[in-house]
Amino acid sequence: MKPFEYARAGSPSDAVRRYRPGTMYLGGGTNLVDLMRLGVAEPDRLVDVSRLPLDAIEQAGDRLRVGAAVRNTDLAADPLVRARYPMLARAVLAGASGQVRNMATVAGNLLQRTRCAYFQDVGRPCNKRRPGSGCPAIEGDHTNLAVLGASDSCVATHPSDMAVALAALDAEVHVTGPEGDRIIPMPGLHRLPGDEPERDTVLEPGDLITAVELPAPPPGASTYRKVRERASFAFALVSIAATLDVGSDGVVNDCRIALGSVAHVPWRAERAERLLIGGPATGAAFLRAAEAELEQARPLPRNAYKLPLARNLIVATLEELAP
Amino acid sequence: MDITLKVNGTPRAVDVDPRMSLLDLLRERLGLIGAKKGCDHGQCGACTVIIDGRRANACLALAVAVDGSEVTTVEGLAEGDDLHPLQEAFIEHDAFQCGYCTPGQLCSAVGMLGEPGPSAVTGDLVVDPDLTPEEIRERMSGNLCRCGAYVNIVSAIGEAAP
Amino acid sequence: MNRIEGRVKVTGLATYAAEYPIESVAYAYPVQSLVAKGRVVRVHDAEAREMPGVLAVLSCADPPRLAEDADPELALFQSGDVAYRGQIVAAVVADTYENARAAAAAVRVEYDPDDHDVTLRTGHPGFYRPDVVNPNYPADTVKGDVEAGLAGAAVSVDVTYSTPVLHNNPMEPHAAMAVWDPEGRLLVYDSTQGASPDRDTIAQTLGLPREDVRVVSRHVGGGFGSKGSTRPHAVLAALAARAAGRPVKIALTRHQMFDVTGYRTPTIQRLRLGADAGGRLTAVEHLAYEQTSTLVEFAEQTATPARVMYATPALRTAHRLVRLDVATPSWMRAPGECPGMYALESAMDELACALGMDPVELRVVNDADAEPESGLPFSSRNLVLCLREGARRFGWRDRDPEPGVRREGEWLVGTGVAASTYPARRRPATAFAFVRDDDYVVQVAAADIGTGARTALTRIAAETLGVAPGRVHLELGDSDLPDAPVAGGSMGTSSWGSAVVRACEELKEDGKEGRADTTDEIKGDAKLARHAFGAQFAEVRVSSVTGEIRVPRLLGVFAAGRIVDGKLARSQFIGGMTMGLGMALMEETLTDEEFGGFLRRDLAQYHVPACADVPHVEAVWLDEQDGELNPMGSKGIGEIGIVGTAAAIGNAVHHATGHRVRELPITPGSILSRF
Repeated sequence: MKPFEYARAGSPSDAVRRYRPGTMYLGGGTNLVDLMRLGVAEPDRLVDVSRLPLDAIEQAGDRLRVGAAVRNTDLAADPLVRARYPMLARAVLAGASGQVRNMATVAGNLLQRTRCAYFQDVGRPCNKRRPGSGCPAIEGDHTNLAVLGASDSCVATHPSDMAVALAALDAEVHVTGPEGDRIIPMPGLHRLPGDEPERDTVLEPGDLITAVELPAPPPGASTYRKVRERASFAFALVSIAATLDVGSDGVVNDCRIALGSVAHVPWRAERAERLLIGGPATGAAFLRAAEAELEQARPLPRNAYKLPLARNLIVATLEELAP
Repeated sequence: MDITLKVNGTPRAVDVDPRMSLLDLLRERLGLIGAKKGCDHGQCGACTVIIDGRRANACLALAVAVDGSEVTTVEGLAEGDDLHPLQEAFIEHDAFQCGYCTPGQLCSAVGMLGEPGPSAVTGDLVVDPDLTPEEIRERMSGNLCRCGAYVNIVSAIGEAAP
Repeated sequence: MNRIEGRVKVTGLATYAAEYPIESVAYAYPVQSLVAKGRVVRVHDAEAREMPGVLAVLSCADPPRLAEDADPELALFQSGDVAYRGQIVAAVVADTYENARAAAAAVRVEYDPDDHDVTLRTGHPGFYRPDVVNPNYPADTVKGDVEAGLAGAAVSVDVTYSTPVLHNNPMEPHAAMAVWDPEGRLLVYDSTQGASPDRDTIAQTLGLPREDVRVVSRHVGGGFGSKGSTRPHAVLAALAARAAGRPVKIALTRHQMFDVTGYRTPTIQRLRLGADAGGRLTAVEHLAYEQTSTLVEFAEQTATPARVMYATPALRTAHRLVRLDVATPSWMRAPGECPGMYALESAMDELACALGMDPVELRVVNDADAEPESGLPFSSRNLVLCLREGARRFGWRDRDPEPGVRREGEWLVGTGVAASTYPARRRPATAFAFVRDDDYVVQVAAADIGTGARTALTRIAAETLGVAPGRVHLELGDSDLPDAPVAGGSMGTSSWGSAVVRACEELKEDGKEGRADTTDEIKGDAKLARHAFGAQFAEVRVSSVTGEIRVPRLLGVFAAGRIVDGKLARSQFIGGMTMGLGMALMEETLTDEEFGGFLRRDLAQYHVPACADVPHVEAVWLDEQDGELNPMGSKGIGEIGIVGTAAAIGNAVHHATGHRVRELPITPGSILSRF
């Protein structure tokens, strides 16, 4: 690990004031310390934001505001989250381990980086880590990498479970930074790799996430399901966050579908949603919607299994949610 | 940097390299070898300690970032010569072989018993679930055991749980 | 009985290799090759040498003196040649771990790379027949006419299986701490499965008389074979301590363990089996294709269990190796039997399906009276009893053989069976027992890597002496104790226990002390086939939506002589079976064809089973009397638990889904591609 300076911020604005190029904000550390030890992250300066007073979960009308420093465990254990956003609680609980969830923060979870083997190994090329060095995953190990929205320069996936649920919930990410405050609606925080895979998100240098705000829960039933070959403590092969509201006439009033571990972003299945809303809530309709969504996929030889997996998962999950 | 911790009830003031993990501080500076280094990346749980009442991976915590915290390691679980009920149960159920994951399993189990909310296998999210073997298995999955003592670990925890 | 060291292990006081409190210890951190083949041209270490706390940099630029006949995997910095990616090419010693690691990252090594070949594949032009396979078996055997047996068979199968690179991944990373005394004697605290052989290898590598080297290894955090031979970290610790002029510790990172502490070779195995209409085998052929390195030949004995398992008039086994630009494969729990029985027992299941015969009955009708290849009588063989007892306990009788027809919601349910076997051998060992303060001290340089050796040997000594175990003080894990062989090959308890019994017998007679060396006794052992046997049963559930596979139930029934201690034995068996579950469903290290070396070198990518994967594993054993083994009447039990598990699970997946996956691990992806 390269030597660095360490300082603790007294407030969000203090943190932003301390930002200079080479600075990184330290939250729970569960991914940043990991990456620093690997030499993947080499900050000159850490500004510790883990103890900022951003650790409250507050109701505001029919919305819920979750502080950026709320630990994953506390988010999933919160009575309001469990009762009103069960999909979010389940997504958080599906991630990592009890220990890691006790440390990891909401903002850190959103900003964690891909677990692509090449990205994590400084001895091998990776366009995300060293722009222009190449992407060996395309010809090499991409077993758990992206099938949607990838580019010739990067096929990494975003590893978060929580972010998939937030994408389905239309959550808003509150940010403060050198240019002031702003709100970024999910899933717009994360970006596709294109020819700038080194940028995971639309955040600008010095930006600090202060909160995530959840709109009123969407109508209907919702769930989160994660597929993995190890029964626990493993990143998803594919995951899904879905909500479905069906009228008494059997017509879909509302539907949200987000997929995890298929793309550089939590993937909102907008095509499928558009096809479903206003149509019948039948298995055949679910299958048509899933296939339409996955038509845009560009699988690689070793991750093509994700297409039948994602298709099956969409269909089975919607069937489970349908009345 | 100067930091102060309370470790197993004893205040400790140390000057640490900002790069040093809490785990290395315990093992290399404070002579507390109970917390183990199995992966150094939060992927095995052997380093699990209890920081301010919560189980955590000591390898992922920079020592400077836990300045002022109270840390309990496996060395702090027993009361004098009286072992913690979980320690007794682990011996009785042969819940370990090589013993290298054991301190982390024990600290994790202690922390886990104080985490009443739902888990990934809980059916009804709104009600705190009973601690069934299935719940124990899911909640203890952050602690790998390559010797394969899991079924004994689960029965030990099941017996010692209040 | 409860483990003697249980209390120190649950209180965190047990000292593993890197944990002894040594004054002014420094830290070494290795620099690893970034090419798979080639030569080191230059080591740029000037920047590293200027960094804070750096005490020394070691590399081939200034080769430390080592014995000329050192094992090439241990001959650190002796030349610039690189044989595999990840090989240790330099190292930094510094006052703190942080400084050593940071400086190691600043060492730049310039290479002259060659083209590399790291991929085991069918039809590789480099395949050759080794002279022998481990530990000293013929590479090929032929008995009878396999082609005629297949031609005359009513039913036959011709199937090919593959297993990936597997890594032992004990929880304790390999570590060593080296302390030189002013007279040039070396003390190494090492994580090793055998203090005596480790001492010998370290001494030989450094060119020291073995009297000048002592290895201490009181607690070892698992090994599973990867600590069964001396690894480069131990030699590096000694060299680094000499260079720095103070004690040095090195603990490999999990990533480094993947590169330099051994792994199980990948295998490609072709099985041809023929049977008459009644299921009796007419021919068995088992061909194993495996890899070794360019440094050392390591020939895994994968096809040897076919020489032991089933009666057949025609039997052919063969091993072929290819030398690749990879690290040398090494021992991993049940080397040979584990991958070999996966293939043989999967093929037996395919044969049972082809015959329309119950797979338990197929194994029963092919039980052997004598060892099929050698013709030697068995000292004891209770495979059939294990199968029958397992079938009874598992509820096998009600099983519908039809594959792919049991469904609970989206889950397809199936059951499978496979046999297990592992050789029951012993090696010469020495022990010393004496009276101290009315109690008994028993010394043997055995290793307790989690097997419970300390406890089992205490019990063996107490039974021999006719005293309570509490009066026996067993000392192990130190090469200054009487010489003993490695904890490996399921020979630990049999070898050390024999010496302990003899020493205690002599003590009983003498009243003061007893000394034993079992070399001559073992030379006198009758020529017999000695093997443990077992039967494993698995229930699986396979999601028709996701391809996820869960294992709600595993049962193993074993016949392994007299079980010295039931509590310890059960842990060994279920531990092996749990590792077998990992092999079946998740464990796989990828070889990086483009850059060499391995990918997925951590525990987030190389998945071993977690607690949630293992709801119910049960192990039971038969009361097997065998007077032809050793004074305890015991067979080794450390490895047989992993033998057959993967086949039982794979066979159950077939029963659940109707699909046969012949490549391990069986993943959701491999299942979904077949639906």
